[in-house]
Amino acid sequence: MKNPFENLDKMLEHRVRLQIMSVLVANESYDFNALKELLDVTDGNLATNMKALEKEKYISVLKSFIDRKPNTRYKATERGRVAFKKHLEAMEELIKQQRK
Amino acid sequence: MEEKQAYQKDLESIRKLMERSVKFISLSGLSGILAGVYALLGALAASFLISPVTYGATSDQQIIIQLLGIAVVVLAASLVTGFWMSSRKAKKAGVKFWDATSKRLVINLAIPLVTGGLFIIILLLSDHVGIVVPSFLIFYGLALINASPNLYEEVRYLGYSEILLGLLSAVLPYYGLLFWAIGFGLFHILYGAVMYKKYDA
Repeated sequence: MKNPFENLDKMLEHRVRLQIMSVLVANESYDFNALKELLDVTDGNLATNMKALEKEKYISVLKSFIDRKPNTRYKATERGRVAFKKHLEAMEELIKQQRK
Repeated sequence: MEEKQAYQKDLESIRKLMERSVKFISLSGLSGILAGVYALLGALAASFLISPVTYGATSDQQIIIQLLGIAVVVLAASLVTGFWMSSRKAKKAGVKFWDATSKRLVINLAIPLVTGGLFIIILLLSDHVGIVVPSFLIFYGLALINASPNLYEEVRYLGYSEILLGLLSAVLPYYGLLFWAIGFGLFHILYGAVMYKKYDA
């Protein structure tokens, strides 16, 4: 029997990053400020974690201007969706083993 | 062991977050009931202007304008009540009323509703009064289905019901007022009561 902990994604074991991914997987795209409000985190905290997810290519960034103000939208990439799903499955697996 | 319990908690909070990021959960069931009551009062007022049976034959401009006036008052009262009660519910739950989710909801509702509104104006201008009520019901049903991913799942069924009722009323154009009372009055009260029991109480 392989160790289910191995299937957990290091990148997604971080709470804020997992929350970000869950919102992006559930929605077509989400903008920075809306995400900040929803998760109730600081600018800096969110930006740092966004950068980390972007670097891992779990999310893509769409920069544009709305009324001449810069607007940053994020999308989950296919790679990110797969990683998120796997991570959640690993979590479920862990919980199942606990019930046995 | 403790770590595993933490996973369970995490998983639950993630599911809630996913739902909250998509669904506007502050919609008040009570406001649905009230919207239904307004619609019935509106239908009652309209029945003094015309008898339900002669509805489809009405071509009197004055009466049509008065009927539209009633419809606008009912719509405005329902919207104000809905906004007010939902914002109160949001405040109570400690969530923001106007966020990315509610904005998306308004857009998804507005596309079929604005299309339907313009279509109905065109119908009225070209004297096709008989299919105005069916159009109201059908476009409203389509709007509900379009917006249902951002609302409770049950809204979709209300949408299907409104569309079926709308099609039926297109077959029986002389009973427009009756169908209006059922679709906007009775359905809202029934649906609002179910939602209120399920999510508010």
